[in-house]
Amino acid sequence: MVSRVVKYEIKLDSFEGPLDLLLHLVVKNEMDINDIPMASITEQYLNCLEEMEAKNIDIASEFLVMAATLVHIKSKMLLPVTPEVPEEVDEVDPRIELVNRLLEYQRYKDGAARLQQYPQLERDVFSRPENINYDDIDHDGGAQLCDVAGGGDVGLFELVNALRGVLSKLDESHCHQVFKSNFSVAEASDRLREQLLRRKQLPFADCFSALPNRAEVVVMFIALLELVKLHVCKIVQLNPHATIYIYPLCS
Amino acid sequence: MELVQLKSRLEAVFFASDEPLKLERLQAIFEVEQELLRQALQELTVDYAQKERGVTLQEIAGGFQLRTRAEYSEWVVKLKRSRRTSLSKAATETLAIIAYRQPVTRAEIEYLRGVESGGIVRMLMEKHLVKILGKKDVPGRPSLYGTSGYFLEFFGLKDLSGLPNLREFSAPDEVGISLEMDFDS
Repeated sequence: MVSRVVKYEIKLDSFEGPLDLLLHLVVKNEMDINDIPMASITEQYLNCLEEMEAKNIDIASEFLVMAATLVHIKSKMLLPVTPEVPEEVDEVDPRIELVNRLLEYQRYKDGAARLQQYPQLERDVFSRPENINYDDIDHDGGAQLCDVAGGGDVGLFELVNALRGVLSKLDESHCHQVFKSNFSVAEASDRLREQLLRRKQLPFADCFSALPNRAEVVVMFIALLELVKLHVCKIVQLNPHATIYIYPLCS
Repeated sequence: MELVQLKSRLEAVFFASDEPLKLERLQAIFEVEQELLRQALQELTVDYAQKERGVTLQEIAGGFQLRTRAEYSEWVVKLKRSRRTSLSKAATETLAIIAYRQPVTRAEIEYLRGVESGGIVRMLMEKHLVKILGKKDVPGRPSLYGTSGYFLEFFGLKDLSGLPNLREFSAPDEVGISLEMDFDS
């Protein structure tokens, strides 16, 4: 769905985006952020966009969306308040969402500016250069196997990446060992169904116990996915890093 | 093992290591009481904190590492013959949002920044500062991003609590109201 092939980065006086520009206008005009004069800020904002156009800068669509938002809020505030209409009980200031976004943006902008002041590795401070190639071992702890006690956090994506790394390095071109697989997905799912019948809850690892080779593990895993797809069972993990369980679903 | 001895040995190990060494790792190497180890680390840190030293022993990303002092960067850069690279404003801003709000989706980052941020997030991932923590359980299963261990090393942080505190800019009565983001519907 999301296809962003062309990217425009507009930086007029180095504004990171419409929020940055708006914030700049608010600060420059010493406006009260909780009571922004919409007419004035909309006008100034649109002027800035015109200036960009004049400079032949492609205006990022985000800037235009913000322009539309500003005009929309402005027009909303011009509408007379009709207290009789029951739907309008909660008189929400149409500016509130924008103001919240600006305030939130300001917090992160400020946080980022202060983070930027921190001494940065390879810019301000230096440590002994890496001996380890990033591609070989994931930096987040893969290099320290004995750190398990320290709670090395390895996410699923890291695991998958690591596995992918290993698999891609396997030079299998020299040996073509062909396995005759007697173990089909159908058989695997039968075995799994049977196990689920006997036990109301099955730890993930138990699905694979007593499967001697890699091919069978893969077949079993496919069978497991298949059963989930068919709503025969579901896979549950209650807490991060907790054991993954397979539960049968009543059908 | 005597304290003085342990300190020297620790120093040797730190000198040779290219990554922060965690307490558990050091304990596995030296096989000493944790108390003694802590004391040695503490004293070594203080030793290095002397003004005339060019390196310091810092607690970084849950471990300890020798690092050059920031005030001597000028000379180390000459040694390395590398141009100082710094994160751009946009990249730091995106990184800050990810650091403070993790786990966070790209849509949330973009809502907060007001601009498309896919390219920057990808760049941060390539720099190993950001990693995918998982998928958000909403339609489309967007990736959830967070900071990596290398992020801590990059900014010399012990852990995420070392990040600068976010300042509130809102009026006092609005303090604490955080932005409601509804991407799920």
